[in-house]
This record gives sequence, C-alpha cells and structure tokens, in this order.
Amino acid sequence: MNPTLAAIGLGPYLFVSAVLLVLGVLGIFLNRKNVIILLMALELILLSANLNLIAFSSALGDLSGQVMVLFVLTIAAAEAAIGLAIVTVYFRNRGSIQVEDITMMKG
Amino acid sequence: MIAQLFFYIFVGILLFSAAMVITVRNPVHSILFLILGFFNAAGLFLIAGAEFLAMLLIIVYVGAIAVLFLFVVMMLDIDFSSLREGAQKHAALGLCLGLVLLLELWMALSHWKVLPTDSNASLTTNVQHLTNTEALGTLVYTHYVLLFQACGIVLLVAMMGAITLTLRDHSTSRRQNVARQHVRKAADTLELTTVQLGESVIEHGGVLRPKGSYNEIAAPGSYGLDIKESEYLQNKEEKGE
Repeated sequence: MNPTLAAIGLGPYLFVSAVLLVLGVLGIFLNRKNVIILLMALELILLSANLNLIAFSSALGDLSGQVMVLFVLTIAAAEAAIGLAIVTVYFRNRGSIQVEDITMMKG
Repeated sequence: MIAQLFFYIFVGILLFSAAMVITVRNPVHSILFLILGFFNAAGLFLIAGAEFLAMLLIIVYVGAIAVLFLFVVMMLDIDFSSLREGAQKHAALGLCLGLVLLLELWMALSHWKVLPTDSNASLTTNVQHLTNTEALGTLVYTHYVLLFQACGIVLLVAMMGAITLTLRDHSTSRRQNVARQHVRKAADTLELTTVQLGESVIEHGGVLRPKGSYNEIAAPGSYGLDIKESEYLQNKEEKGE
C-alpha cells in the first residue's frame, strides 16, 4: 500500500466516493429540466468512480486501476463533447433546452 | 499526519463544491464549483499516489471539459429561471433515494475488508523504482495497447460526431466542390489578349475578367469579382466614357 494512503486508509476514500456518487444522483433528480446540469451531475458520478478506482489501485499496489481511470477520462470527454453538441443543435432548432420537450423528437 | 489533514481539507471542499454544483441557480456558478471540485479531486488523487492522473484531471477536465461547458452555457441564450420551475417537485423523492443509496453503500463498505493480496502475483505491479508516469506509460503501451488505440478511435468518432452535428451551411461559407474543380479548364478562367505597347490592360477589361463564364464555372461566392466588375463599369459610365 502507498505510504500516504496507508496513513489515511481505504475506508475514507471509499466513503467520499460514495457520497460523491449520491450527490451526482441527487443532482439528476434536482435538475431534471436542465440538460447542462444533468451532464455535470454525470461528470460527478464518473469522478466518484475514478476516485474509487484510484483508491483501490493504490491500496492493492496494482496499476491497472489507474489505466482504467485513463480510459474513463477518455469516455467522459467524448460523452461531454457529444452531449454538448446535441444540446447546441437542439437549442438552435427549438430555442430552449427543456428536457420535457425532447419527447417531441419521437416519430 | 499532514497527509490526513490535507485529505480532510480536500474532501471537505470537494463535497461542498459538489453539493453547490447541483443546487446553485446560476449554471455559470455551478460550472465554476465543478472546476473547484475537480481541483480538489486532483488533490485526493495526489494523496493516493496517482500523480499523472491528478495532472491529467486538471488539464483534461478543468482545461477542456469544464471550459467547454462554460462556452456552451455562455453562448446559448437560455432562460434558466424557467428551467428551475418545479425543481422542488422531485426533491423529496431524490433525497429519499439518495439517503437509501448512501445507507446501502455505507452498510456495504463498513462490513467489508480488503483481502491481503500478494502484489507480486499481479501482472501490473506498481514497480517502486519507476515514477508513476513511467510505470503507467509502460503499462499503457504494452499490456493495454489495444484498449489505448480503441480510446483513440472513440475520441475520433466523438470529434467527427460533434463536428457533423454542429456544422451549419452558410450562404457565405466556401466549400470545396470536387466535380466543379475537375470540369473546369484553363480556357474558362484564362484569356490571352494582345496588348499594344503603351496601352492599358484595363481598356481590354483585362484584370477584371472573365467575361461572364467565371461564375458558372466557379463555386458560388468564391470570388468577390462580381461587385468589383460592376463598380468598375459604373465608374466608367460616370466618367462618360
């Protein structure tokens, strides 16, 4: 185990990441109308997953966890770019980003 | 001791800013809190010994993604007050769900122990004499090289998707028309005239050519010659020539 991590222990890390996950889920419920805040809540959830992976990687002395974080970061970047592009196009067509109106798109 | 102190400072600010991200009314403030949260998460990564990923988090998340969010929020003229209406409708449900989730996670985490593992048995051991970046690079370019390449493809597809989604054809935009370029011949654009000694080229209409066939051959809007030519002719008339 990493010496600085050993001083703190794995438990606090896991608890912090659990609280961060809950905050992200709560954000999805609280801001159901605003797509941009929804995307930010998703980023929080991914960050909590990353924190978990890093804590385990450091505690077990195994670097594959950090490689996974690298890939999760890539996916998060791609997701944010596509999501924001869709929001921009949708706003251009409709003049709002109300999540409820998006059901209009179905046939 | 000092690591513990920093850990709790980082955790406090991270959780506070995460809570602010989902509760503040102004989305710009919410993004700024997200950035603060990312910085503190990077601090937590550093304490756990993942230096490269901590720097990557700051560069990629704060430098690229958060700024992208900021751009979108500031460019789109969104009426955010209408988006906040009825937000409290689902707050109770969300809070209940969050509490249940937190309770479950706490129950799971508090009764769970990591088995002592033999770290030498792992394929991807964190070798002590390498720095974190070196070790990660060695791993990514050997054991995970296929996944790494796949990540590149994911990013490429995301980039192409974002460009195709947001690219808009404008009347003034200049696009390449390959068929037109192939059909075009030198005679369509170039005309040779014999100019006598001491005579001006303008008398032949030389520099402001060609005589009409230009716009049919060239892509629309490619040349600003239409206006100039008419202006030239107008000037000529005004001079009474």
